[in-house]
Amino acid sequence: MRMIKRDSISKKDALKIRLLAIISSLIISGFFIFFLGHNPLEVYTAMIKGAFGSLYRIKDTINIIIPLIMTSLGIMIAFKMKFWNIGGEGQILIGALFASYVALNFDFLPKIILLPIMLLAGFVGGGLWALIPAVLKVKFQTNETITTLMMNYIALNIVTYLQYGPWRDPQSLGFPKIANFADNALLPKVFGIHIGWIITIISVILVTILINKTKVGYEIEVVGESEDTAKYSGIRVNRVIIRGLILSGGICGIVGMMEVSGVNGTLTNHVSAGYGYTAIITTWLSGLKPAFIIPVSTLFAGMIKGGGFIQTAYQIPQSAADIIQSMILFFVIGSEFFIQYKLVSKSNTQKGEKANAS
Amino acid sequence: MLVNFLSAAIIAGTPLLLATLGELITEKAGNLNLGVEGMMLIGAIAGFAFGYQFNSPYLAILASAVAGSLSALIYGFLTITLRANQVVSGLSLTIFGTGISSFIGTNYVGKKMTNSVINFFKPIEIPIFSKIPILGKVLFHQDIYIYFSYFLAIALGIYLYKTRKGLNLSSIGENPSAADAAGVNVNLYKYVHILIGGALCGLGGAYLSIVEVPTWQENITAGRGWIAIALVIFSKWNPYKSIYGAYLFGGLSIIGFRIQYLNISQNLLNMLPYIVTIVVLAISSINKSKEGSPPKSLSIPYFREER
Repeated sequence: MRMIKRDSISKKDALKIRLLAIISSLIISGFFIFFLGHNPLEVYTAMIKGAFGSLYRIKDTINIIIPLIMTSLGIMIAFKMKFWNIGGEGQILIGALFASYVALNFDFLPKIILLPIMLLAGFVGGGLWALIPAVLKVKFQTNETITTLMMNYIALNIVTYLQYGPWRDPQSLGFPKIANFADNALLPKVFGIHIGWIITIISVILVTILINKTKVGYEIEVVGESEDTAKYSGIRVNRVIIRGLILSGGICGIVGMMEVSGVNGTLTNHVSAGYGYTAIITTWLSGLKPAFIIPVSTLFAGMIKGGGFIQTAYQIPQSAADIIQSMILFFVIGSEFFIQYKLVSKSNTQKGEKANAS
Repeated sequence: MLVNFLSAAIIAGTPLLLATLGELITEKAGNLNLGVEGMMLIGAIAGFAFGYQFNSPYLAILASAVAGSLSALIYGFLTITLRANQVVSGLSLTIFGTGISSFIGTNYVGKKMTNSVINFFKPIEIPIFSKIPILGKVLFHQDIYIYFSYFLAIALGIYLYKTRKGLNLSSIGENPSAADAAGVNVNLYKYVHILIGGALCGLGGAYLSIVEVPTWQENITAGRGWIAIALVIFSKWNPYKSIYGAYLFGGLSIIGFRIQYLNISQNLLNMLPYIVTIVVLAISSINKSKEGSPPKSLSIPYFREER
């Protein structure tokens, strides 16, 4: 057997290989569940039921889909430039922090003014948090995976500090929590779900247009393909990266705003809930295409919610869902090989070469 | 006071040192493995579970090393055989490690390591050496895990700079096609060193769970894997330099407890190692000299067919 690089592969075949990878990963995870002494089919069914089994659960799941789509959208912009922004968690936290500052101090403003300011504050917070690693990257080529990740821990400690210290609600009787927002600062609901879902749909459309139809998006794509090509064609690479990262972090910051204002009603150090990390998987699996982010995020939100459900129903720890997620990821990453290469037996290739020669 | 602090800095720096050495040897083979945090967590839970269940320090250490290298095998298979993107493969490994350690660890949360294992890792004074003023007490009144880590760091340095195989390894990191042409089995070298790297990361994680803490808590590594990746850059891919880098960061991570009397919030002090990592990383990326640059083929997959 030897490997040859494929000349081309149809989109349909590539999709087939990826779906096959996901199915294989579910089978392997099934074995894992089986060894824990559970029936995998039963557990998978329970996960689906737990995530989508009733209107109430569907609403809960949508509450997870919203931040996942938004965070993936943000991270995608950075990934397109091969800037490995794994700082989604921190950008969400700081976005939430900025929005909360506005919510807690300016709640005398009418809702219609307060909420847009909070949204803007969230964007600014997340954008600033991504700006630091971006500047370090373009100025000194500092490895961005590490800096963005370190920024996560710094953000987490800042919010924890505020929650346990200066921002602690004196009326919470010693319980370390920040005061609940006034009604003015809460996102209204449409169809029983906070309007973050509308913001998310609009953002998906806007980002799709930005990437496919505008100069900004074109420059981002070119920088991602090759920085040298970008330079030769007169693109100011550093500016593109900085601008892209402000956008990337800013969108994650909006997630923070939506979570504090639409879901929790206050700021806690759990606001990012691991979305920044899960979004790395969903972004990659969606092939950096906004349209695919929606189904992939839905699948993963279902796994998160369903994972919580099997914990109560089967006493299988919720982290089982994390393991299944990373299995899917491993298989899909591995499957890229079969999209780019094909295996052929040695004798076959020799025959082919002879045929060509004669 | 100072001696106590320095001695504690060595302890806090040991998981960092082991993981840094593990990542260093992986990167020398031209592979950037961002799964350090995941491998440390897998090593930490494997070590804790075996130590706790079998009451054996030897099994604990062995299990952590084996578990670390098995997890590195996933990364190796993806990036070497399947030529997958190294950044994404490493990140997935971290996500996997976080999940699996928290999954297996569910039943151990809050449990303390058995006394006989803890006693096995009691500090032991080394005669003569421990009589050196200050440094003797700091360096040579520690547990055997730490002595083992000194040995590993020095052995790795000798291996890299003084042996044929070590030089071959560096040549792979610099120029795999040239090494291949010279008859070095590139993929075998990559596999072996990635597995050794995983074992070292596993050992680093296990130091936390069976000696330093030694109680199981979820996400026990708390970002140390990432600091280790930064330390590889800080130490300019030199195992000797990684020794003091690791202890410097070990010191930073515990300084908060030592200056509590200053009444600075613990949460703010907790940020210190992360901030310093960013600063140090930025400074080392400004000072780019030839000897301090990463292996040239780092994170580029090697395709023999495409020569």
